[in-house]
Amino acid sequence: MTGATMAAPLTGPGRVRPLAWASQTLTMAWRSLVAAKHNPLELVDYSVTPIMFVFLFTYVLGGQMAGSSEAYLMYALPGIIVQNTLFMTVYTAMALNTDLTKGVFDRLRSLPIARSAPLIGRITADLTKHVWAMLLMIGIGTLMGFRITGGPGGFLLGALLLVVFAAAASWTAVLIGMLAGDPEKVQAFSFTVIFPITFASSAFVVVDTMPGWLQAWSDVNPVTHLSDAYRGLLVGGPVAEPVMWSLVWAVGIAAVFAPLAMRAYRAKV
Amino acid sequence: MTYAIQAEGLVKRFKDTEALAGVDLAARTGSVLGVLGPNGAGKTTAVRIFATLLPPDGGHARVAGHDVVREASAVRSLIGLTGQYAAVDENLTGTENLLLIGRLLGMSRRDARARARELLDRFRLSDAAGRAVKTFSGGMRRRLDLAASLVGRPSILFLDEPTTGLDPHSRGELWDMVRGLVADGTTALLTTQYLNEADVLADDIVVIDRGRVIAEGTPDQLKSEVGGQVLEVRPLGPADLPVVHALVSEAAGPDTRIEGEVITVPVKDPELMPTVVRRLDGAGVRVGELALRRSSLDEVFLALTGHRAEPRTDDDAESDDAEGAGAAEPERAVSAR
Repeated sequence: MTGATMAAPLTGPGRVRPLAWASQTLTMAWRSLVAAKHNPLELVDYSVTPIMFVFLFTYVLGGQMAGSSEAYLMYALPGIIVQNTLFMTVYTAMALNTDLTKGVFDRLRSLPIARSAPLIGRITADLTKHVWAMLLMIGIGTLMGFRITGGPGGFLLGALLLVVFAAAASWTAVLIGMLAGDPEKVQAFSFTVIFPITFASSAFVVVDTMPGWLQAWSDVNPVTHLSDAYRGLLVGGPVAEPVMWSLVWAVGIAAVFAPLAMRAYRAKV
Repeated sequence: MTYAIQAEGLVKRFKDTEALAGVDLAARTGSVLGVLGPNGAGKTTAVRIFATLLPPDGGHARVAGHDVVREASAVRSLIGLTGQYAAVDENLTGTENLLLIGRLLGMSRRDARARARELLDRFRLSDAAGRAVKTFSGGMRRRLDLAASLVGRPSILFLDEPTTGLDPHSRGELWDMVRGLVADGTTALLTTQYLNEADVLADDIVVIDRGRVIAEGTPDQLKSEVGGQVLEVRPLGPADLPVVHALVSEAAGPDTRIEGEVITVPVKDPELMPTVVRRLDGAGVRVGELALRRSSLDEVFLALTGHRAEPRTDDDAESDDAEGAGAAEPERAVSAR
């Protein structure tokens, strides 16, 4: 028999050393990424759908909204990217739920590995996919006439802000993924929540024309803050306030949902 | 005698139902313990407790001497688990699934790759190694699942209904593989609702019904203790069934039954066989076959629980979904003679 390097015995009861933890987490992340190779649906989720959003919003709505597709693209692309970011957190929830309901987590839990590795690995991999989709949409948008006027600094800070917010939002995804009975329920529930949140915001339109009560909501809506902040960083405009509110929301969401999600995860996995 | 797997007074409750109501069982090191029972008997719950997936509400469970609650990580480094449903990632290839486990166990990339190749080879999956698991047949998935549970060379293996939903051919293949593992010194706990599976694979059997152990022993002991012997008479043709049935019942009493083309009756009196032979001879009836055999486990189960081991109805833990359902024809377990 070859490969005598057996699993290094754990030090102490149930403790996994930091290096082993990192390696296990990265292995789990690798697993989530490599799976995309064999699953054309993931290509649709992370590539085709984002591109389609950019095309449809720009060419269908653009002329009416802003007089020309290009003018609308300059306003809407950051918002479309924010909307896509939120949509993609649903895939995190669905993937976790699939692992849970199909018994993959049972197998993983029967192994002497850190309990959090499957979860953190999944989130890490999905944040990578967020970055990929964002780059793809910016690339397509640029081909269609979008111009980043905020410079490389604005671009990088915008990307960072997006990832931070996505990481916070992932905790709601983890909670839903742990509580739902099957992946279809995850999808149904999540989109019911996400659609009103993303559309009743400044992501696609200036909120002035909305009825007063809806404006009141969209003014506090995290999607509004994040869209404004990202737009400001990419193409100029007020930045400080929307960035601050985006971060406040991100911290708030993480503070509420991370403990709940971890509790649900520990109860199930 | 050392026990690799041991439970004392194991209790587990889910809301109102008591899945395990004080189960004692033990598997000798290097042997196969068959845990036999109908759906909902508590088999899967017991396995989940041993595999550290579920804490017991009462009693103790030990694997290789380690308590499954207090020394969970020690237990995890010793065991392999194969569930009822194939817990492999559908979107990874066979190789990638095994690499994942190997790397998680801390193997180097090279060692993990070598181990994956070795296992794929052994489970005759080399040809499909580069294909996504979702293209695998039910039998291939189970084999890969078993392979995945062996990556870390566990000395103790939990097989939770490993052949449920498989066609007879795939089932036979899996049996051979389990036999091979046990021959190499692995201890296995096998749950099944197929009586012949326990009969074929297990050294010892515990029968569980409604969360309680209702019988235990070797397959032979169970058959002789509970069922005793059965006289079987097969007439030359179906036309003779009624007359043979009448003759045998005269000698043996009302327990005489017609099962297909055979007449069976439990033997309580050693004189029964010669008596039946004399009566048949006296009546000038010739028979194709006349034999004494021990009761099948199916009959044992009937005697113990008052009901037959039913085919599965999907209330035992998570159901196995569409994957193997086509092949999951209800199969009445036929005993091995």
